[in-house]
Amino acid sequence: MTVESTAARTPRRSAGSKAGTTGTKRTRTTAKNDTGAEPQLVQLLTPEGKRVKNAEYDKYVAGITPEELRGLYRDMVLTRRFDAEATSLQRQGELGLWASLLGQEAAQIGSGRATREDDYVFPTYREHGVAWCRGVDPANLLGMFRGVNNGGWDPNSNNFQLYTIVIGSQTLHATGYAMGVAKDGADSAVIAYFGDGASSQGDVAESFTFSAVYNAPVVFFCQNNQWAISEPTEKQSRVPIYQRAQGFGFPGVRVDGNDVLGVLAVTRWALERARSGEGPTLVEAFTYRMGAHTTSDDPTRYRGDEERQAWEAKDPILRLRRYLEASNHADEGFFAELEAESEALGKRVREAVRAMPDPDHFAIFENAYADGHALVDEERAQFAAYQASFADEGGN
Amino acid sequence: MADKMALAKAINESLRRALDSDPKVLIMGEDVGKLGGVFRVTDGLQKDFGESRVIDTPLAESGIVGTAIGLALRGYRPVVEIQFDGFVFPAYDQIVTQLAKMHARSLGKVKLPVVVRIPYGGGIGAVEHHSESPEALFAHVAGLKIVSPSNASDAYWMMQQAIQSDDPVIFFEPKRRYWDKGEVNTEAIPGPLHKAQVVREGTDLTLAAYGPMVKLCQEVADVAAEEGKNLEIVDLRSVSPLDFDSIQASVEKTRRLVVVHEAPVFFGSGAEIAARITERCFYHLEAPVLRVGGYHAPYPPARLEEEYLPNLDRVLDAVDRSLAY
Repeated sequence: MTVESTAARTPRRSAGSKAGTTGTKRTRTTAKNDTGAEPQLVQLLTPEGKRVKNAEYDKYVAGITPEELRGLYRDMVLTRRFDAEATSLQRQGELGLWASLLGQEAAQIGSGRATREDDYVFPTYREHGVAWCRGVDPANLLGMFRGVNNGGWDPNSNNFQLYTIVIGSQTLHATGYAMGVAKDGADSAVIAYFGDGASSQGDVAESFTFSAVYNAPVVFFCQNNQWAISEPTEKQSRVPIYQRAQGFGFPGVRVDGNDVLGVLAVTRWALERARSGEGPTLVEAFTYRMGAHTTSDDPTRYRGDEERQAWEAKDPILRLRRYLEASNHADEGFFAELEAESEALGKRVREAVRAMPDPDHFAIFENAYADGHALVDEERAQFAAYQASFADEGGN
Repeated sequence: MADKMALAKAINESLRRALDSDPKVLIMGEDVGKLGGVFRVTDGLQKDFGESRVIDTPLAESGIVGTAIGLALRGYRPVVEIQFDGFVFPAYDQIVTQLAKMHARSLGKVKLPVVVRIPYGGGIGAVEHHSESPEALFAHVAGLKIVSPSNASDAYWMMQQAIQSDDPVIFFEPKRRYWDKGEVNTEAIPGPLHKAQVVREGTDLTLAAYGPMVKLCQEVADVAAEEGKNLEIVDLRSVSPLDFDSIQASVEKTRRLVVVHEAPVFFGSGAEIAARITERCFYHLEAPVLRVGGYHAPYPPARLEEEYLPNLDRVLDAVDRSLAY
C-alpha cells in the first residue's frame, strides 16, 4: 500500500457522507412499520356493538354482570357530560383552559375500573375519566384549569396523583412508586398514563428501562389518540407503540381504545401480571382525540374532518349502548334516568366552578417548602408590608 | 465520639447511620453498590444493607431522580448520587419541574424528602463535565434547598439533617476536599442546617465562602495576617436559603465583603449576596462587595483550571482592592 492509497481513503469517507445528505434521495418519507406484520388489536366489542370472542382476554371479563356493564356505560356518559361542561365553562370564561377527553372515554373508564382501591394512578392532564373512577370529585379537577391552584386534590386520598403537565415525567414517578410497592412486599399495582407524543420522551424510555430492570409492578397505559397537538403518531414512532415494549423485555399489547370491555380485560390482565410479580406491561389503547388538543388549539389547521368522521363511527359510548340494547341489559328507563343524572352533574359542576373563590394573595408563598425557608419568610413579610401600605392610604 | 476522618468517610458514616436508624432511607445511583461509588463515598454500604437499600441504578440521571420521587411518594427517603456535577443535567428537568414543585402543587399534601448528592467543583485535573459548580442553577428554583459542607464534621451532620429534611435537598460535596481529614464528633448536637458559621474571627474584611473555597479562604487569611490584615471568614454552608443575617452581622463589623466561589461570577450566588448585603448594609460598607469566582467561559481543560478557579493570589487581590477603597 502506498501513502497515496491511504490518503485516498479519507476523501472517500467524506464524499460518502456528502452523498448521504445531498446526493441519494431517501426513499422513505414517512415512518412505517418495518415488521411487516399487521399490528394486532384486541377487541371484544365491535363498533356495531357485537361481542366478539377472544381466547386470551375473555376470561378477564367473563363474570361481568349487566349491572356492571350499565355501570361502565354510566361512567362514560357522565364523564363525557362533565367534559362537555368544562369545555362550555372555558368558552364562558370560567376556565382559562380545558383539555378535553372526548373520544377517549372507553380507554379511561375501562382502565380506571380495572384498578383496585390500593392501586396507584399516575395521570397526565387529560385523565378526567380515570379520576372519575378513582372517586376524585370532578369539580376538583377544574381548579387548575380555572387558575386557583395547580392541583386541587390530595393524591393520597384516592391514590390518584396530581395531573402532570410536563410530558412523560410521571412515568418515572410511577416506576419509582412501583419499586417501593415491591420493596414493601405489597400486591398493589401502579398504572402510568401517557400519550403517543410522550412515547418519544426520554423519561418514558427510562421508565421502561428502570421498571424492567427492577421488575416493578407497573402498567404503562398509553392512550394513542393519534395526535400530539398537531403531530400524528408517525412523527413519534416507526413501529406501533406497543411493540416498543419488546425491546425493553416486557410484553406490549394494543387494544381497541374505544372498546371499554376490551380495555377493561387487557388492563385487568396487565395489572394482574404486576400483582403476581411478573413486572411491567405496556398497553397501547388505540383511540382518537375527537376534539382539539385543548381549548386553545385549532385542529382544522392540521387534520381533515374525514378522519374524525371515520372515528365517530367507532364511538365508545354508542357501541356499548348498542350492545346493552341488543342484549336487553338496559331499558329506556335506565337511559332516561342517566340523562337526568348527566344534566344534574353538569349543573353541579357549573355551580361549583362559579363559586370557586380566587385564592388568598398569600397563597403565593404557601407550601413553597415543607420545612420553611428564610427567604420565603422575608419576601412574604415584604409583600404583607406592601399590601398593608394600601390599607394605610384608606384602600382596602 | 470524636474521630478524625476524611470528608468522604464522614459522609459515608453519616449515610450508614441514616440507613441504620431509618428503614425508609435508600441509597441510589450509578456504581454506588459493589464499587462504593467512583469516590468510594458509599463504600461498604451495599454489603451491609443489601441491594434493596443500596441500589445500583441504570445509567440514566433523569430516571434516578424520577424514580426517587416515586419512591418518596411511597414513603421512602431516597439519597441519590449524581456521579459528577456535569452529569446532573439529564435530571435537571425532574429536579426543577417535579422535585422542587410537587409540594406546592399538592397544596402541601405531598412531601418529597429526597437528597441529591452531587460531587462538585474543580481542582482535580479531570476531563470536561467533571469540575463544574452548578449550584446557582439550582438556587434559582424555589422548592429546593441547597447546601455544601466545607469540612468533615459539617459533611457528617449536614447529611444527617438533609436526610431528615422534608424538603428536597441538593447536597453539593466539595470533591477536591473529599480526602481532607477533620474531627467529627458523632454525638455532638449540630446547629441548624441552614445557618452560616463564622469560622475565623477578624476585624478588617469578611470573606464569605462555602464548600471547597472555605479552606482557600483560610489560607488567604493566614497570608493576609502576615501582612497585618485581620480577616473574618463566614462559612455559608447553605446556598438556599442563604443566611444573610450572619453575613450582615459580620459585614457590619468589618465593613468590607469579598465573596468567593468556584462557580462563574456572572449570576452566581455572589451576585445575590452582593445585592442583598448592599441593601442591608449600605451605610456600613466602606467598599463595594467584590466577588472572586470562575469566568463566563466553559470550564477550561485541566491544565488551565488553576487560572480559572479562585486561588490564593486572586482572592488576595480582591482583598487588597476592597481595602484600598
